[in-house]
Amino acid sequence: MRLFGETHIDFVKLRKVAIFISGAAIVAGLTSLILKGGPKLGLDFTGGIEIHLKFTESPSISRIRSGLAKIGLGGAVIQQYGEKKDNLVLIRTGVEQVSQDIASQIIAYREKHGKFTHLEELKNLPGIEAVGYENLADLLTTESSQTEKVNINQIERAPLISLIQGVIHQKTTARIEQALRGEFKEKKNAFEVQSINLIGPKVSEELRRKAILAIIFSLAGMLIYIGWRFDFKFAAGAVIALIHDVFISAGALSLGNFEFSLPVIAALLTIIGYSLNDTIVIYARIKENLKTYRKGKRISLKRILNLSINQSLSRTIITSLTTFIVVLILFLWGGTVIHGFTFALLVGIIVGTYSSGFVATPIVYSWERGTLGKEQVRREKVEPRTAKAEKIPIEKEKIEVGKAEVGQTDKEKAKVGEKEPAKTVETKIKKHKTKRGKRRKYKKKRR
Amino acid sequence: MYRYSNWLMLLILGLIALAIWAIYPPGEKIHLGLDLKGGMHLALEADASKIPPGESVKDAVTTGLEIIRNRIDQFGVREPTITRQGDTRIIVDLPGIKNPQSAVELIGKTALLEFKLVDEKGDISQALSGEVPAGDEILHDREGKDYLVEKETLLSGRAVKDARVEIGQWGQPYVALNLSAEGADKFAEITGKHVGERLAIIMDNVIQMAPVIKTRITEGKAVIEGNFTIDEANELRIVLKSGALPVPFKIIQNTVIGPSLGRDSIRKGLLSGIIGMICVIVFMGIYYKKAGLIADSALLLNLLFLLGALAALKATLTLPGIAGIILTIGMSIDANVIIFERIREELRGERAPRSAVDAGYERALRTILDANITTLIVALVLFQFGTGPIKGFATTLSIGILISLFTAIVVTRVIFNLLLAGRPVSKLSI
Repeated sequence: MRLFGETHIDFVKLRKVAIFISGAAIVAGLTSLILKGGPKLGLDFTGGIEIHLKFTESPSISRIRSGLAKIGLGGAVIQQYGEKKDNLVLIRTGVEQVSQDIASQIIAYREKHGKFTHLEELKNLPGIEAVGYENLADLLTTESSQTEKVNINQIERAPLISLIQGVIHQKTTARIEQALRGEFKEKKNAFEVQSINLIGPKVSEELRRKAILAIIFSLAGMLIYIGWRFDFKFAAGAVIALIHDVFISAGALSLGNFEFSLPVIAALLTIIGYSLNDTIVIYARIKENLKTYRKGKRISLKRILNLSINQSLSRTIITSLTTFIVVLILFLWGGTVIHGFTFALLVGIIVGTYSSGFVATPIVYSWERGTLGKEQVRREKVEPRTAKAEKIPIEKEKIEVGKAEVGQTDKEKAKVGEKEPAKTVETKIKKHKTKRGKRRKYKKKRR
Repeated sequence: MYRYSNWLMLLILGLIALAIWAIYPPGEKIHLGLDLKGGMHLALEADASKIPPGESVKDAVTTGLEIIRNRIDQFGVREPTITRQGDTRIIVDLPGIKNPQSAVELIGKTALLEFKLVDEKGDISQALSGEVPAGDEILHDREGKDYLVEKETLLSGRAVKDARVEIGQWGQPYVALNLSAEGADKFAEITGKHVGERLAIIMDNVIQMAPVIKTRITEGKAVIEGNFTIDEANELRIVLKSGALPVPFKIIQNTVIGPSLGRDSIRKGLLSGIIGMICVIVFMGIYYKKAGLIADSALLLNLLFLLGALAALKATLTLPGIAGIILTIGMSIDANVIIFERIREELRGERAPRSAVDAGYERALRTILDANITTLIVALVLFQFGTGPIKGFATTLSIGILISLFTAIVVTRVIFNLLLAGRPVSKLSI
């Protein structure tokens, strides 16, 4: 079986389209990231709340999760703990990180307008609905005579933040409890809330610093190895392609409203590895072709690059397809908890495959063109004659395709035969048609 | 390659046996992390009353958390979860480990190391009856014998730069300390001033030893002896190196905890992972026919060897680790796809099957090596500098790459050779 015949896609020429596509994808992702105030960090990074529940009967975790999913918390950590007979469950979830923003807004408002004369003025602050005006109004006051409430015009920043945080936590807990009461409504008191705790992030500052260092060092190691095995241009192309992939994947995660958690970070690392592998495979082909065809500079770099990507194309697509299938199945049926993880991988596979042909390789070309003198580039452009001669080794293979498919059934052979010319015409349109006659003649002569 | 085929086949069979032996029984040999299996759940509460006035509990707990993290790291537990809970609590989740009790002791130990002078003039029996001389206190050693020591701490554990376990000439382990430059100066001053007196080395208010100062010690080295077992000495080394907790912690809860991904998600994930693998295996079989089946067997061997290696290294498998495995599987399939596409290309060039296989492997080899070595470099650097989940990812990835190079290149080649050997082959099933 063979899915792909020989292709003649001009990847280098398509780089202008690619710049547009990549640019659009990156801009879309970045816009989302900026509008949402950076990546949406999950529990692992921000901390959140932990609710301990005691059930009367052994609870089904998937039911708890489906209850939470109804209020958008399907990705929460749900763990059974303690002895089995105790039926204890803890739920950990992140909470909205808005308390600092709102506190800043209140303080800014105070500085601008003197002070709050009515609590209703709080309603004018953007983003206040994340906390709920009523919830805040229950705790705050504008009158100095009221002692059981906090005076909004006097409270300092730090206590204000923790006050708002407290409100958010209570709100989240109430929502979770309500959702679970709804889910387990067949029993009157299916569970009781034992305690609610604030929890800190899993990832400390120290861990974060180390992780960033690790990534920087690994990129450097990679640059050196590729620079040594291939060329610095290639190394730069590969690294830019990786950064491109990570940016787009991170943007897509933000657009899809997925949280960044530790597994998602692992997925981003996987994307780096995947894209790298894909890029190097094409680079290796380029290197090989440069050796075979370019000894006497008979063939332009552009052609070599295109030839190499096209030759690797069927491998690229088969590999990507198989990995894509695995991850797609994981995404569809693997459950909500790993949705962010599998989503990142899905996007990463597509982007990683795309970037090796449309980003990493064209960068090598642009770089080479930038460093060459103008003269040489112009010469490359007006050299149709040599280009014709170069085509021969490829063309030869193509003509022999029919014979070489020994192991194939007639049906498949026919399919391949049909496909070949159609594709060529499609991609190379006019130029090829005019050349074809001449080339056949040349071929006969050689035989 | 042809010449060695039989030997390689033997090697492969041997490795299969070894891997199965390493894995069996899988429930015990493969250590799953907190996210996949759960483990031990500890809640520690800082004793706020012991905090020196003027210092905040919050800061003390933050420092304590880093120190505990350090200790657990040094103890060799992979990927624990350590989080704050409220202002005064720390939650430590540990994946299933062999000796949980010593881990708990290690985590909870305050590890306050102090050097104090023994009060030689004071009368211990008088002190025990209630008349403790001013500026003195009574401490006991590990055997319960009481000593009268001066209250003033001359030097504390903060002066310790490094600690090692060494074995003395009679085979008894002891802990050797290296003091910081500042600590060494202070130590020289103390030992110089009090030659002939006894210096008590105290850990969490228990005297470890009280040797007589024979001479002024200038090089900043000290040893702690005692009738330690090697485990005790190692524990002491870890706590000395990670420093003392700024505030004592009490373990208020010690229980088991289920997987953090939830049992429901793990079942779903496992099932869909298996379905995905089957899809790939079927696809390879259809697309590359018999050659695809060869690649499939290489893929399964890759998984078997990888699990065997993880079991042998006692590594902990977590979701990030599985991400590394997914990448490995992808790269392993890719290596075979590269080889097969190359062989097909050669066949299209009207080569005989056997030489097409040779040429296909030879040409694909460099590509595969370059791609894998580059990724391996990334994985090794991540392993070296990364912590926690990043390290878990890097572990499975680097082992996986090495194994997949072997299975995707050597194993498939050997099978090809066996199939092609000894009879004329007119066409390949590829």
